Amino acid sequence: MSLSKILKNTFLVVIFGLVVTACTTTIKKTAVGKYSKIESESEVQMQGDVYIGTDTVGELSKGVPDRVFFATNESILTTISRDTLRKQATWLRENSNVNVVVEGHADERGTREYNLALGERRANAAKDYLMTYGVSADRISVISYGKERPVDSGSNPLSWSKNRRSVTVKAN
Amino acid sequence: MDKLKLLTIICLLFLLKTTNSYSLIEVDITRGNLNPLPVAVSPLFQDNKSKNEFQRELNLDDLGSEISKVVENNLKQSGLFNPLSKDAFLQKPDIAHLKPRFEDWALIKAQALITGKVSIDNGKLKVEFRLWDVLAGREMLALAFTTVPNNWRRVGHIITDKVYERLTGEKGYFDTRIIYVSEEGLKTQRVKKLAIMDQDGFNTKYLTLGNELVLTPRFNPTNQMVTYLSYFRNLPRVYLLDIETGIQEVVGDFPGMTFAPRFSPDGKKIIMSFAKDGKSDIYVMDLENRIVEQITNHPSIDTSPSYSPDGKYITFNSDRSGYQQIYVMKSDGSNVKRISFGNGLYGTPVWSPRGDLIAFTKLHKGKFFIGVMRTDGKGERLLTENFYQEAPSWSPNGRVLIFYRETKTNEKGEGFSAKLWSIDLTGYNERLVETQTDASDPSWSSLLSN
Repeated sequence: MSLSKILKNTFLVVIFGLVVTACTTTIKKTAVGKYSKIESESEVQMQGDVYIGTDTVGELSKGVPDRVFFATNESILTTISRDTLRKQATWLRENSNVNVVVEGHADERGTREYNLALGERRANAAKDYLMTYGVSADRISVISYGKERPVDSGSNPLSWSKNRRSVTVKAN
Repeated sequence: MDKLKLLTIICLLFLLKTTNSYSLIEVDITRGNLNPLPVAVSPLFQDNKSKNEFQRELNLDDLGSEISKVVENNLKQSGLFNPLSKDAFLQKPDIAHLKPRFEDWALIKAQALITGKVSIDNGKLKVEFRLWDVLAGREMLALAFTTVPNNWRRVGHIITDKVYERLTGEKGYFDTRIIYVSEEGLKTQRVKKLAIMDQDGFNTKYLTLGNELVLTPRFNPTNQMVTYLSYFRNLPRVYLLDIETGIQEVVGDFPGMTFAPRFSPDGKKIIMSFAKDGKSDIYVMDLENRIVEQITNHPSIDTSPSYSPDGKYITFNSDRSGYQQIYVMKSDGSNVKRISFGNGLYGTPVWSPRGDLIAFTKLHKGKFFIGVMRTDGKGERLLTENFYQEAPSWSPNGRVLIFYRETKTNEKGEGFSAKLWSIDLTGYNERLVETQTDASDPSWSSLLSN
């Protein structure tokens, strides 16, 4: 084999190698990009399995979110939930003619009767917190819908997290 | 509601000449039956005069054949019998009913043969039928009864019950009804109605209009009353419905949500949960004097109570240990004992009518199971696994469970459905129970006639 041929071959190999590397890099870049995008989306929307996004969230009044979210089987209020409920309490104290219904909901991953009780427990957790911040008990009624009124019809953890909620609704 | 009026059913069962001699054929229902018994159901014979009357009154050309189809379908669905094709039958219905030529029936491999005759008598439907042991060449059962012609499907169910009882040694479950919640519309806005149908899916009737959310209907032991949860005027409360009159009344009018109702075995009380201030406890109301008694008092969720058939015990669902588990206590609320100790969460305990087992829903590793355990919690047996299923209800003989199943939706949240399913206690014969609409929360009645 002549030197020129060897060189030629090496050259080809080098070029081929470069192309391959280039290709892998591009592929890698897109893959990483896509992956991190998905990850960051779900990171923004869920903390543990508690929903923290804004999709489905309405307003009781301007700047006052109407709902808080819960972990699976839990009725404990998260830091974000307490913050939301304090905003609701402030607004309710300023608008003392408004009464509210707190609706408690569960996701579809539980038996119907237990979920009715769980929804009631969640609604009462929110009610209690509103009362702690000066809203009188006779202005707040609670109703549990269990798993009967999901806002998101998906069968995945993100959908379920949106459905585990209590919603404060004006009653008058 | 005339058809539902149980007492109008004149069901005079009288023995013609039952031969109680031992027979060669019997069906073992304690095991999964992989070799269902081949049985020939001959069309019931009708004479020409009766034929015209049935045509006029019921608009049916061949009532005898229609009744035999009801029987055939019941036997097939039980999983224990294999009804043979009528095309192969060699003998005419009238002659077979008098005296079958057993060789002809043995030739098509039938081991049991059902024959019969229907006629009209003073406006009443008169039915005779016989069950024959083909191999032994003798009659096993012969019965006759009369009823109103409109009840002809029930005639088929009663015949099946008698045949089932004669061949298995246990009461049947065919002359029964299912009450359930009919579901329509989007998953986020389901419209729910109370519905009732015969056990084989026929004669569906809707008992509420769908204006308010209704859940968890349950029969009382005489099948005339139903207790359920209604969101009428946005106040979730336990109601009582008289199926005959259609009259509904609230019975759980407490200062909070009442739910998860069931009758006591004598039908005189309703046991239910009452939720207030984030805790749910179990209460019992005496329907005669409306006196309410609190049975459990615990900061946890106590729900889904179900009495033992003798009324002495109650099984219920509680998360007092931290998670949903099954408990048993005396009916006065004393001696509370946890009985579920397997992996996962347990809900919806319901006591078998035979008293020996408790059926339940189990949630483990993202799957839902229907299972049974003994009343001390031992001998847990899971019958079926799925994405979502719950709320088992026992057939009156304690051999079959009916429950509902929901499907997983796709990425767009489409494809949701809820259907009734049944499975034998053996874990065999799992099948879809057809309903006109989507369906959930089934409750099986006791036998309408005995």
